[in-house]
Amino acid sequence: MSESSAVIQVRGLVKEHGQGESRVRAVDEVDLEVPQGEMLAVMGPSGCGKSTLLHLLGGLERPTRGEVWVAGRRIDGLSERALARLRRRSVGFVFQAFHLVEELSAAENVELPALLAGGSPRQARRRAGVLLERVGLAARARHLPSQLSGGQRQRVAIARALVNEPLVVLADEPTGNLDSAASLEVLRIFEELRAAGQTLVIVTHDERVAAGADRLISMRDGMFVDDTRLAGATPRGLGDLLNLDG
Amino acid sequence: MQDAVLAMLAKEPSHGYGLRARLRQSLGPLGESMNPGQIYVTLARLEKAGLVVSERADGLPERPDRKIYALTPAGQQRVAAWLAEVGWPKPDLAEFHLKLVAASAARLADPVELVGAQRRELLRRLREAQHAILAEAAESKAVLLLEGVVLRLQADLRWLEACEQAWSRGADAFDRAWGEGEAGAQGGAKARGGAAAWDGVEGRFKAGGGRGDDRVEGV
Repeated sequence: MSESSAVIQVRGLVKEHGQGESRVRAVDEVDLEVPQGEMLAVMGPSGCGKSTLLHLLGGLERPTRGEVWVAGRRIDGLSERALARLRRRSVGFVFQAFHLVEELSAAENVELPALLAGGSPRQARRRAGVLLERVGLAARARHLPSQLSGGQRQRVAIARALVNEPLVVLADEPTGNLDSAASLEVLRIFEELRAAGQTLVIVTHDERVAAGADRLISMRDGMFVDDTRLAGATPRGLGDLLNLDG
Repeated sequence: MQDAVLAMLAKEPSHGYGLRARLRQSLGPLGESMNPGQIYVTLARLEKAGLVVSERADGLPERPDRKIYALTPAGQQRVAAWLAEVGWPKPDLAEFHLKLVAASAARLADPVELVGAQRRELLRRLREAQHAILAEAAESKAVLLLEGVVLRLQADLRWLEACEQAWSRGADAFDRAWGEGEAGAQGGAKARGGAAAWDGVEGRFKAGGGRGDDRVEGV
């Protein structure tokens, strides 16, 4: 299993919450492989277990049963300390509510994980500069999160997720708090990351985010009910979207 | 299309190719399916209806692409009426809805599967429209049109989500009704026969017709 090129592999994954009578199975016997460079979207109604799945993939929660492998390494039995190191070095997280440190500037927020991972301040600063440029916020590097719009904050959060060059970016409802114009900015960045070969797993309610992915999994009651490849289908042609006869 | 061509002539008399260029520019990538001759077919119809007149440019041979077209007073009236008109393009939902009802009633196909196939198709179209938006310059007017297409597709996808949920529940209820209703002295065999026939249909369904290609193997 560890010899495969998949960035993420999951086998027989089960996660149960609660005890006794009130025990619920949030993730129910799931198998999954995410190859290097794939952008995978997971959709499903609230409470279907998609966020729990994402947390299990990134080592934020431990499974009740089953195996989680990240980059050929089994992570479900790792110590807290080893898990923290894995999250810092190999996984980038993007959340619905951004989770930026309000007291730090945009640039400092992006630098933070690089410093925590043991990078030099100079290196961290240079890397943050490059990434803020990439998400179109070079001019706002010194702004505090409170001085930025929601869309800008999420772009800072994406830059932060990328600062340690993670093997995979895990995003939980990245456009959930954004209006459609700000969502489009985030979509544009995801599309650039996808084109650059970044592996991404995105949990979303937003059909536009899902449609941008290479592959879409639909979840219901903790299980996968559909797994569709969206990329590489024969194009229908844009003209086909309108009726221009007459 | 006729109204749009007429309205474009309201600015000034124009050659067919000039009109076509303006239409293409306004539609952006969505105008790619317009075939080159279509504008002349439309102009010929409008001329026949007395809404436009054409004039051959001096010293040039008699060909439709050499003519200059202009609105007649009747054409101007029609443009004014078109601008004042308030319309709502009716979405064609009934056909798909009836497809699900009929498929379920005759046990020809699983409605949930039909919804799934439709959903995959719409997601691919949404993907195409979205890539076109990202490729267009931000100030392009065609982006607005693409945005409209995207919002429509999103609405359709949300409706399909509701269909999926309702038919997932509905199929279970239907199975129960079938089993109990036919469980009498001679009905049992009929119900079993029906179930076997359904398994056969489902088997063919899964084996055939490109549907399998949509799926990623192994899940």
